[in-house]
Amino acid sequence: MDLNTIWFVLIGVLFAGFFLLEGFDYGVGMVSMLATNDDTERRMMLRTITPVWDGNEVWMLTAGGATFAAFPHVYATMFSGMYLALFLMLIGLILRGVAFEFRDKLEDIKWRRLWDMAIFIGSALPAFLWGVAVANLVSGMKIDANMIYAGTFFDLLTPGTIIGGAAFLLVFAFHGAAYLNMRLGRYALQEKIKALALKLGLLAAVFYLMFAFGMYACTGLLSTTMPLVLIGLAVVAFVAAMVLMKAGLYGGSFAGTAAAVLFTTAGIFGGLFPNILISSLNPAWSLNIYNASSTPYTLSIMTGAACVFVPIVLIYQGMAYWHFRGTITEADIEGNHY
Amino acid sequence: MDALLLSRVQFALTTVYHFLFVPVTLGLSIFVALLETGSLVTKTYAMRDRLRKLAKFFGGLFLINFAMGVVTGIVQEFHFGMNWSEYSRFMGDIFGAPLALEALTAFFLESTFLGLWMFGWDRLSPKLHCLTIWIVALGSNLSAFWILTANSFMQHPVGYAISNGRAEMTDFLALVTNPYVHGEFGHALLAGVSTAGFLVLAISAWKLLYDRESRAAFELSLKAAVVYTMVGLMGTMGVGHFHTQYLAEANPMKLSAMEALWETENPAPFTVMAVINEDEHKNDMAIEIPALFSFMLYNKPEGEVKGMNDLHQELVAKYGQGDYYPDVTGLFFSFRIMIGVGGLMAAITALLGLLAWRRKLLDFPIVLKLVQVLFFLPFIANSVGWYIAEAGRQPWIVVGLQKTADAVSPNLTAGEVGLTIAGFTAVYLVLIAVAVGIGFRHIYNTKIAED
Ligand code: HDD
Ligand code: HEM
Ligand code: HEM
Repeated sequence: MDLNTIWFVLIGVLFAGFFLLEGFDYGVGMVSMLATNDDTERRMMLRTITPVWDGNEVWMLTAGGATFAAFPHVYATMFSGMYLALFLMLIGLILRGVAFEFRDKLEDIKWRRLWDMAIFIGSALPAFLWGVAVANLVSGMKIDANMIYAGTFFDLLTPGTIIGGAAFLLVFAFHGAAYLNMRLGRYALQEKIKALALKLGLLAAVFYLMFAFGMYACTGLLSTTMPLVLIGLAVVAFVAAMVLMKAGLYGGSFAGTAAAVLFTTAGIFGGLFPNILISSLNPAWSLNIYNASSTPYTLSIMTGAACVFVPIVLIYQGMAYWHFRGTITEADIEGNHY
Repeated sequence: MDALLLSRVQFALTTVYHFLFVPVTLGLSIFVALLETGSLVTKTYAMRDRLRKLAKFFGGLFLINFAMGVVTGIVQEFHFGMNWSEYSRFMGDIFGAPLALEALTAFFLESTFLGLWMFGWDRLSPKLHCLTIWIVALGSNLSAFWILTANSFMQHPVGYAISNGRAEMTDFLALVTNPYVHGEFGHALLAGVSTAGFLVLAISAWKLLYDRESRAAFELSLKAAVVYTMVGLMGTMGVGHFHTQYLAEANPMKLSAMEALWETENPAPFTVMAVINEDEHKNDMAIEIPALFSFMLYNKPEGEVKGMNDLHQELVAKYGQGDYYPDVTGLFFSFRIMIGVGGLMAAITALLGLLAWRRKLLDFPIVLKLVQVLFFLPFIANSVGWYIAEAGRQPWIVVGLQKTADAVSPNLTAGEVGLTIAGFTAVYLVLIAVAVGIGFRHIYNTKIAED
């Protein structure tokens, strides 16, 4: 493998980690507002992610930073091209980030409802927009000969990409529900979440299949065996997650959604390879791992850094998750502001 | 206004906003870590308890501030691609690396260990808990190092070659040992210490005056903060001084603009005040102290300092026709404001120190009130400091390599950028009001009584 390929894979790994971890964060943000109105229950649900959400978000920042370092043209074209979409996403992420800190600072119920709303919007909007963004990678963007995006904001929002956005949003919601039920120690609440999750899961499956079919029919991404198999495995894993949810085996259900997220990311990256941003105007204008990359020198420096630091991060983040394992009960939120 | 100007305005606004919170994070993380360490090593129970409660109290403020730092920081990370795509293409081979390393080495540390610290008061052993806040402090300051390495490259490019129509990295070690980083990082880190220290002074003074129950604790934090702030300020000024000397070599145009020195002089005078005429490239009036500028730069009352007009001719000869003058008026006054504010902060801190030492703090409530009213001083110094650094490198985005005008994303319209300015500004203003409100509540409601 040459350095460019290594970095393509590594960025795929970072995005996979981001979707896996932030995916359930976003899901918890959505489900905890939909499943109940009771403040104690909401606090218990949010408590499953408060110690870790910021660390999860850093996966997104690292994925973005690594794209900048390894494929600067991709970073430049994609981020300037998706300008208003990213602006909306940022507003969502801003509201969500402060809401975790602000929500429990006052006892007032109206105050808490306000920040709950911020958490809901701040979770649903980025989840949807990441789906739209990925769908745009899949379907191609209007990129001109100078690698500059020549379309408008509304060109990013086609029926196909909206389906992609909805699929991401719903899969993440289900993923979050599975995570919640795995972590919570209160039967009645788990049952509520389960009932909601099964409905959301059905919708998620429908949109996901539409998205996958669109990818198969309208793009060349699934024309080779490997990506097709991976997307197939994702579907299987997701269905298994729904069955396990129904059976009340929440750990297994979470493993299923986690696998579905990972397979999907792998399938899409595998299908794109060696392209990253496909030009819908002229295939020759697409950005690929060679014409968009940094120099071999920079890539080798960054490879060294990644080899050292990615394992270290995995170890201490893993240790933090291990430390916070175990079920969340009412006792965990008593006398604690968070 | 066009997309370029609006993008600059937007970048300045969102970055200055981010940098309202960052220095507090940098300095307060260390201060809280010191308090917690203190509570581990002191012998008497009363002292241990007091320090631990203070660490919790300032830790609560730290968390509010940190949340604001994080959410404004995310915007920064996306900014270069969104608004400065041509910059990202031209510089990405070099500039992307420190940004990725910042996330990989620093943000992960900060966020993961802050989670452990927040929830670890009863779950971790005291020593382990104390270690987590030190790791948070390390992560914060490491993140500052990487971002300032990136920024220093823009001020003073090193370790690169121009080929394939872009700047390419040739020497990573040169990038991270850029002499410009020493001044910028040292100065910004110590400015963080001063900022957080001064804030602790203001809060402690308020508690001392109005919260009888908590007096003993906040007298202690005030004393600690006097030392902390003073160390920070002396360091900031010292590093600032050496960094200014270094500018004579690294970016003489910025330096002469900061001093409104139009003509080359030997020895050069220090200009206390001036009426600057940027159209005619001269000062209409100036109050000068002879030879002082040369003395400040070279430690002796002689030595040539190039004026902007000569420097401009050199730049025209080197880079072709163009306007290479930065915003002289803005730089000149910003520099004086920063130094003046630093001096004022030092005077107030010294006065508080003197009163605390003489045990007379409560006899002079006016001083305690003064520091509360002037709590915003370090934020002014930080913002004008960045104005100097960033506006002083204009018209370049990377000095000598790329002009700001060539860096902006070509596909953006003024309407789009205007919309994001309005959006970010509105959200930011609401959030700062909320954060300040919550901070005040925390200060007001938390009692640290003796038990
Ligand atoms: C509490 C804050 C504070 C205080 C008291 C000072 N500064 Fe400062 N200054 C900053 C906070 C700051 C800053 C916000 O942190 C900057 C912006 C860029 C940087 O690295 O630090 C800065 C920038 C900055 C620059 C521009 C650096 C560049 O172009 O890269 C110079 C030359 C100085 N400072 C010099 C001084 C001197 C001589 C001071 C005192 C006598 C001083 N500063 C006090
Ligand atoms: C947090 C501290 C910082 C503050 C307060 C700050 C402030 C500013 C200001 C005031 C401007 C507008 C200057 C002008 O055009 O008149 C600006 C521009 C800019 N700064 Fe900074 N800056 C900071 C850090 C950085 C860092 C660390 C970088 C790079 C890593 C950076 C990169 C830029 C860029 C790309 C622009 C836009 C182009 C330009 O107008 O020069 N800034 N910044
Ligand atoms: C203009 C370039 C900058 C970018 C791209 C940037 C990026 C970011 C991002 C993405 C975060 C959030 C991290 C998280 O989620 O945990 C953040 C926070 C932070 N940034 Fe910046 N930043 C910039 C300027 C600066 C400067 C100039 C400094 C220091 C001198 C700094 C120091 C920090 C620190 C210490 C944090 C931790 C959170 C906090 O301090 O409140 N940043 N930054």
